Amino acid sequence: MTEQVGQRVPTARAGSEPMVRANVAAFARVWASTVMGSSYVPMTRAEVRQHLEALTEVLVDTLRATPFRTEPGYEIGTRLVEAHFTGTDTLGRTVQLLGDDLLSILGLPEDEVTRSRLAALQGAVSAGYARALRERTLAEQEAIRAAVLDARDGAEARLRASEARFRAMFTEAAIGIGMADLGGRILDVNQAFQEILGFTAEEMKSRNVRELMHPEDAASVWRLYEQLVRGECDHYRSEKRFYTRSGEQVWTNLTLSLVRDEHGEPQYQVAMVEDVTDRHLLQNRLRYQALHDPLTELPNRALFLERLNRAFSSKEKHTRLGLCYLDLDGFKMINDSLGHETGDLLLVEVGRRLKESVDGNGRMVARMGGDEFVILVEDTTGTEDVITVADRVLAEFRQPVRIGGHELSVSASIGIVERAVVGTTAADLMRDADITLYWAKADGKSRWALYDPERNAREVARFTLSATMPAALERDEFYVDYQPLVGLHDGTVLGVEALVRWQHPEFGRLAPDRFIELAEETGLIVALGRWVLRTACQQARRWLDEFGKHAPFVSVNLAVRQSRDPDLVSDVRRILDEVGLSPHHLQLELTESAIMGTADEPLEALRALSDMGVRIAIDDFGTGYSNLAYLRHLPVHELKVAGSFMEGLRAEEGADPVDEQIVSTLVSLAHALGLTVTAEGVETPAQAERLRTIGCDAGQGWFFARPGPPDAVERLLRDQL
Amino acid sequence: MERPTWAPGEVDLSRPSIARVYDYFLGGAHNFAVDRDAAERVVAVMPQLPDVLRRNRAFLGRAVRYLVDQGVRQFLDLGSGIPTAGNVHEIAHRAAARSRVVYVDSDPVAVAHGRSILAGDDRVAVLRADAADPASVLDSAEVTTLLDLEQPVAVLLIAVLHFVPDTDDPVGIVAGYRDRLPSGSFLVITHAGFEAGEEQPEWARARDIYDSAVTPMTYRDRARFARLFTGFDLVEPGAVRIPLWRPDSPDDVDDIARHYPGYAAVGRKP
Repeated sequence: MTEQVGQRVPTARAGSEPMVRANVAAFARVWASTVMGSSYVPMTRAEVRQHLEALTEVLVDTLRATPFRTEPGYEIGTRLVEAHFTGTDTLGRTVQLLGDDLLSILGLPEDEVTRSRLAALQGAVSAGYARALRERTLAEQEAIRAAVLDARDGAEARLRASEARFRAMFTEAAIGIGMADLGGRILDVNQAFQEILGFTAEEMKSRNVRELMHPEDAASVWRLYEQLVRGECDHYRSEKRFYTRSGEQVWTNLTLSLVRDEHGEPQYQVAMVEDVTDRHLLQNRLRYQALHDPLTELPNRALFLERLNRAFSSKEKHTRLGLCYLDLDGFKMINDSLGHETGDLLLVEVGRRLKESVDGNGRMVARMGGDEFVILVEDTTGTEDVITVADRVLAEFRQPVRIGGHELSVSASIGIVERAVVGTTAADLMRDADITLYWAKADGKSRWALYDPERNAREVARFTLSATMPAALERDEFYVDYQPLVGLHDGTVLGVEALVRWQHPEFGRLAPDRFIELAEETGLIVALGRWVLRTACQQARRWLDEFGKHAPFVSVNLAVRQSRDPDLVSDVRRILDEVGLSPHHLQLELTESAIMGTADEPLEALRALSDMGVRIAIDDFGTGYSNLAYLRHLPVHELKVAGSFMEGLRAEEGADPVDEQIVSTLVSLAHALGLTVTAEGVETPAQAERLRTIGCDAGQGWFFARPGPPDAVERLLRDQL
Repeated sequence: MERPTWAPGEVDLSRPSIARVYDYFLGGAHNFAVDRDAAERVVAVMPQLPDVLRRNRAFLGRAVRYLVDQGVRQFLDLGSGIPTAGNVHEIAHRAAARSRVVYVDSDPVAVAHGRSILAGDDRVAVLRADAADPASVLDSAEVTTLLDLEQPVAVLLIAVLHFVPDTDDPVGIVAGYRDRLPSGSFLVITHAGFEAGEEQPEWARARDIYDSAVTPMTYRDRARFARLFTGFDLVEPGAVRIPLWRPDSPDDVDDIARHYPGYAAVGRKP
């Protein structure tokens, strides 16, 4: 466009005539309103007028110039385009306006010369405009094409850089990367993938993904694969094994991803493979260590429980299984006397024998800890299958074990449980086997015991009782019945034996034989005994108030453990004081063994009680091994002859002379020692009569009265008043 | 499928571009047959569109001159398109030679063209970015180098936001710029739209062609338009039809201007 600059015509002359200048402005105004809106020009309306005014001046000057030249016309056309009057209507309107109105508005002569000059000028304006617009259009087209190329170059350069980055990433990645089409044809694999499998990229490319199947692949791996190539899932991760070129196994973590095109259609699959063989082997080793006993190399408790739970999870209806829970007899002694090293060697040998004799074929031997072993017998048909195993184990142990010069006799106790898996649990099975092992021990060791649900129920009940007893005592579930001790020569009630009962909320009314032994085991007997003593003394006190000198003494049983309780004397004294009962209204009954077979302290306590005025009776006399010579040195006031001797005295005629002789002798002996005698278990009039004849002082039993509540005793007392 | 932002952009000449269609309407030749074809299809149903767009472009000139008068020397022209006649920097430089302008467009061709014609002018930069992501614009090297965001900036959204559907939250986009600019900054928006009941059948047809051939378009009425200025005080005369915003001459206020299908406003951040 520079060529046009030189053609510009000075515009000063037209403006020098005021008259013409006014006309120029008028024409420019008309021109502006004619072309306004025909093009976008980045000027205000006033600026447009100004611009056109300048062009009008050129027009005027050109028309009047001598010689006449058309170049300024080109200039005007060019300047219209430069001002961005590029709309196609602009030129047409301009040319028309020049022809129609220029001469008249400017007051120029409309002669032929001027008209022909104007026509030439219109042509020049059109030609200049057309040339400038063409130039401009071509320049802009050129510019926009250049911009497209620039933009494409930029995009392509970025694409190339991006591709190079991805290529480098693919090639250099430490993780194996491979691509395949949806049919499984391998398209490319990177260096890491080649190294993992030992195949070259070319070798890999001739293969199909499906050829990489490994027999141990989880079914889910290939199911997910099919879903992925069908486009139903976009990626998955799994553990997968491959065979390498040399036939070895590699463990990998595999991530397979689906690549879709821009329309979402599946295109490729991309595998990322990480070699985790080392980690896998380490895990295997750690798992082995975690699941095996390092000493015997047998499966440990964890592995055993895993296997047992697996057996339970395969819940086929009729599946049965069995357990032998085994414990060496006297192992602690071997350990203590010969040392732990010998003990450990013994355990190794025991483990070896168990493994050799029973392991395999659906049987698993595990060490549970210490000297406890367990044998799982799967798919049993009945108890016999497990007993056979237990017998084999016991037989195996008959051969002594030789360790470091010692010949050790080994025996084991075995608890056996065998049952259907349905309806039980692994935990139940283990617990029952453990209990049964305990029975085998308790029954004499070196034997097996078979789980017995009834025995277990009894023990459970015993356990339940002993566990609930303390709370029962607090909740007042115990109460005391009384059974009269009746004078044989006049039939009066001399005393009453206090007999504790337990009104159990679940098991109902329980006699002492159901719980006293348990109470002795747990030690609760001391508290329970104290409660009975207090209750009986309070009762005795009430009778004393009511019946005065006819009131009976109360006879309270004292368990062995109570008799050894250091607080016994003070307890008795405090209770008597609190209740306000004189000691001679209280009798304490002890068994022979409680009195005889003991050290000095209990005797001291009994003496103290005796000195206090409390009567002491020997209960169930004749059933133990009483040292008769010793009897005279004891602080005892009465013998209660055991009911078992009364059997022979039962019949009206032809009593057993031996029983009668024994009782008679006992009575004589007691009287010789200054003791009174009460016969227990008197059930018939004949017995009562014979005892009276023998000279027995008192009797107790159903013949006189059954144990009952205090008011039953009171009725008797009132009757005899 | 979503293209990651770091992926190279594509230059697709098989589809019309908003920027080149606009250029054609303004009498430029920075366009291709596909653009002219789309433009002519619109003109066929809405013959007054070129005039509408010219008047929109004329508003830009008035607004920039006004802003320079208000002392603004920094301009951020979002969706600037092809730098054709009547550009922001030309107008601004004529009034204040040291004004700095950053043009932003997502069209790679428009950006390449802008860079080529503006090369060597260190007062002007062209950024290729998505104007709908204020952070990517404001944190770009072009903006941080050329503009001082501690000083007032005029943000121009000329005939851009009617290409942003409600689902892309135009109010939120504007707010994203507003919250990063200091007090005294300006927001300039023009937007296609009209009041309920005014819609001419040809406007709907024009929009349909834009929707299918160029890019989807959303007309908004004056109230929705004004909501874009949340957090700004509108300068006189407020939100008005584009030709009625501070017209240069009473002659520019004709019947077409009074029923013009688009709004303009300038707001100042207090």
